[in-house]
Amino acid sequence: MTVNVDRPASDELRIESGGGPFGILSFLKRYGTLTALIALILFNFAFTPHFATLQTLNVNLTQVCTIVIVGVGMTLVIATGGIDLSVGSLMAIAGALAPGFFTGKFFHGNDLYVNIALSIIIPIVVAGLFGLFNGWLVSSFNIQPIVATLILFIAGRGIAQVWTNGDLQVFKAPEFQAIAIGRVFGIPFQVYIMAVIVVIAAWILRRTVFGRQVLAVGGNEAAARLAGVPVRRVKRLVYVISGLCAGVAGLIVIAENSAADANLIGMGMELDAIAAVAVGGTLLSGGRASIFGTLLGALIIQLVRYTLLANGVPDAAGLIAKALLIVLAVWLQRAERA
Amino acid sequence: MTVEPLLRMSGINKAFGPVQALRDASFEVAPGEVMALVGQNGAGKSTLIKVLNGFLARDAGEIVFDGKPWSAGSPQEAQRSGVSTIFQEINLIPLRSVTENIYLGREIRNRAGFLAWKLMDEGAGALLKEFDVSLDIRRPLGEFSTAVQQMVAIARAVSFNAKLVVMDESTSSLAEHEVGILFQTIRRLKSQGVSVVFVSHKLDELFEVCDRVTIMRDGVTVAVSAMKDMSKLQLVATMLGRDLAEMRKRGATAFAGGQHSIGEELLRADGLAVGHRVHDVSLSVRKGEIVGLAGLLGAGRTETARAIFGADLHEKGEITYLGQGRNFKEPAEAIRAGMGFCSEDRKREGIIPGMSVRENMTLALLPALSRSGIVDESRQRAVVDRFIKEIGVKCASPEQPIRQLSGGNQQKVLLARWLCMNPKLLIFDEPTRGIDVGAKAEIQKLIRRLAEEGLGVLMISSELEEIVEGADRVFVLRDGETVAELEHDQVSESVVMNAMAQGELA
Repeated sequence: MTVNVDRPASDELRIESGGGPFGILSFLKRYGTLTALIALILFNFAFTPHFATLQTLNVNLTQVCTIVIVGVGMTLVIATGGIDLSVGSLMAIAGALAPGFFTGKFFHGNDLYVNIALSIIIPIVVAGLFGLFNGWLVSSFNIQPIVATLILFIAGRGIAQVWTNGDLQVFKAPEFQAIAIGRVFGIPFQVYIMAVIVVIAAWILRRTVFGRQVLAVGGNEAAARLAGVPVRRVKRLVYVISGLCAGVAGLIVIAENSAADANLIGMGMELDAIAAVAVGGTLLSGGRASIFGTLLGALIIQLVRYTLLANGVPDAAGLIAKALLIVLAVWLQRAERA
Repeated sequence: MTVEPLLRMSGINKAFGPVQALRDASFEVAPGEVMALVGQNGAGKSTLIKVLNGFLARDAGEIVFDGKPWSAGSPQEAQRSGVSTIFQEINLIPLRSVTENIYLGREIRNRAGFLAWKLMDEGAGALLKEFDVSLDIRRPLGEFSTAVQQMVAIARAVSFNAKLVVMDESTSSLAEHEVGILFQTIRRLKSQGVSVVFVSHKLDELFEVCDRVTIMRDGVTVAVSAMKDMSKLQLVATMLGRDLAEMRKRGATAFAGGQHSIGEELLRADGLAVGHRVHDVSLSVRKGEIVGLAGLLGAGRTETARAIFGADLHEKGEITYLGQGRNFKEPAEAIRAGMGFCSEDRKREGIIPGMSVRENMTLALLPALSRSGIVDESRQRAVVDRFIKEIGVKCASPEQPIRQLSGGNQQKVLLARWLCMNPKLLIFDEPTRGIDVGAKAEIQKLIRRLAEEGLGVLMISSELEEIVEGADRVFVLRDGETVAELEHDQVSESVVMNAMAQGELA
C-alpha cells in the first residue's frame, strides 16, 4: 500500500524549507529552466559585448521562433506519450507548396492579398492533413509513434522535392514575407506569431477538456479509456496540431529566406524541437507537459549557443553544450521519479 | 511417502517491504510426481516458485533438491541445475527459429568457432520427436500455436536434463484440444521420471493430471493431500480458508443491512462469449440491486464485466440495457448510457498517477463540466469538494497528486469519479482489494447505500463474505460459464462454494 497521507503537510514543508541538497534539487526541478535562463542572461549582460541591444534580441528570437512553434506541437504529442519525427519534412512540404500561390503559378487571381491568404492557408492545411495521416497510423493501427512518423520523415521531404523537381524557388514577395521579417514595434512579426501560438496552446492544455484528456492519455492510457476518454480522437488531434505547427514554421522559414528549397527547409528540426521539449521539463514518457517550459527550453539552447559564439567558442562546441543540457534535463527527470 | 522427496522447501520466509508474502511456507515434490500448487491471488504461489527458481532471494528457510542444498541465484542457474520453469507468457524468442530457441545460450560451435547449424538442427529434431512433435524446426517459433510453443519450451527444459519442470498457469492461454496435448506431455515427462509442478486455477485440470496437491493461503502452506483423497469442494474451501463443518452465515462485513425495494431490470446478458476465458455467461441486474459475480480466479468474471462495459468486444451473446439491445464498442459509449466501471487494478487501469485528486475524480465528468470545450473550473471544484466531503476522502487538498494517497482513498476517488456522473449501473471489480479494514467497511457501506438509493450494482469479489453478505442475488461462474443463479435466501457460503467448485448446487 502506498504511503499514507495522515501527515499531508510534510511534502510541502520540505519544499519550503529549501535547506540541504534535497531542497536545492526540488527547487531545480521546479524552476531549473527559468533559473538557468536568467543566469544565462545575467552572464551575457556582464560579459558579452553589445548584448543589451535590440538587434541581439531579434537575432536570438528569430533563431528560436520556428523551433518553439514546432516545439509546441511536439509538446502536445509527447504529452500523450508519442513523438513526431515528421515535423521537419512537413515544414518542407508547406514551404515548397506556398510560393506557387503568391507567384501565381497555380492560381491567377487578380487580388494579391487573396493569393497571399491562399499561400498561407493551403500549405498549413496540407501539413495538418499529413499530421492527420500520422495520427491515423498511431491511433487506428497502434503503430509505435516513432515508426509511424518515420514514414513521413522520409517520404515527406521526398514529396516536397518531387513537387518542386528539387529546384530552388527564389521569390520576392514582401507582402508574404512580412509574416517573418515584417516588424511591429521593432520586433519581427514571427515573434508575435510564436507568442500567440504559445499562449493559445498553454491555455488549451490547461483549461480545455481536450488538454486535460491529452495529459490523461499520456499519464495512463488504459485508465483514461475506461474513464471514457476518446483516446483515439485525442491522439489523432495532437498529430494534426503538430502538423499545423510545422506548416506555420515552414512558411516562416521560406519567408525569411526569400527562397524555398525543399532539400533544406526544416532539416533537423525534429531533433531541435524534441531537445527544447526535453529541456523544458516535459516528461518524455507522457503525462506531464509544459508549453512555457518548451519556450524556455528553446531559448536556453539558443542562448547557450549564442553565448559561446559571441565569446569566441566555435559552433561545433556549441553542439556539445546542447547535448549536455539535454543530459542534465533528462537527469533531473529521472531524479524526480526515483 | 516413503521415498526421499526430490524437492523439499521448508520454513521459507519472504517479505516485500511490510508485506509478508511467504510465512514459514513448505513444499515437497516426490520424484516422478505431478504436484498441483493452488491458492487465491496473493496466496504466495508465484513467490514460492520464484524463490525456487532463483528469481527472488529468500529471507529464511531451507531448500534441498536432489539430496543437496539448493541455492540457485537466477532462473538460468536453476535450469542448469535441473529446475526449469515454464511461464504463462513463454519466455522464448518468437522471431528466432525453433532450433535457435532450443539451443539458446548453449549453442554448439564447430572448430572454427562458427555455429554448427546441422548438428543443432539434428539435435532439435531428435528432441522434439521424443515428444511426438513434428514441425519445421527452421521456422520462427512465433509462427506456431501457443501449445506447440509450450511444447518447445518443455522440450528445451527437458534437454537441460530437468528433473523438475514448473508450469505456471500454462493452460490459461490454451484452447481445449491444446490442453489435451499438454497433458500428454506431462504424462510423458512423468513416465520418464521427471517431476512436474502444475499451477492452475481450473479445478478439472488439476484432478485430471495431478497426483497430489499443495494448497497455499496468505503465504502459508495450509494443506498437502493426495488428489484422490480430496473433493473439489474441500479443495475450494481450504483455498478460501473456510471450515466446511461450521460455516457461519452472517457477520464480518459492513454490507449487512435492511431489505430494500428492487426495481425493474437494468441489464441482462445472454450467452456472452469473449476470447478464451468466457464461453457462455448470462446474468442480469435490476435497479436497486447488488448482484454478486462469484467464481475462482480465471473463471471469466473480469472479462465478462469488461465486455459489458465495452472495454473488450464479445464474440457471441446479447446485452440488453434499459430494455434495449446494446453493443457498446467503447467504454465512452457505455458511460454515456449511464454505466460506470471500477476496475480491479487501480494502478494499471484506474488512477492517472501524476494528476491531482480533482482531475482524477472528474475525468469522466469533464465533458459535462465544460462549455464549448472549456472546463468550468468553479463547477469542477464544487463537485470535487462535495464528493470529498460526502464519501470522506482523506487528502491534503484536492490538488494533491493521487499517487500519494493510500489505496482506500484512491479507491474512494475512483468511486466518486463514477458517482458524480449520476450513473444507473456500476460495475465493481474487487472493490475492496488491497484496502485496509477501516476503508473497506466504509466502501462496503457506501455501495449498500447507493443500491438503496436505486443504483444497480454488479460486484465481482473473490471474498466469499463480501458476496454472501453483500449481494442480493449471486451468479456463479465456472470456467467461463454461468453455473448458478442464487436468490438472496439461497445464498450461503457453502452453496456458492459448491457451485464454484463443482458447477452444481449442493
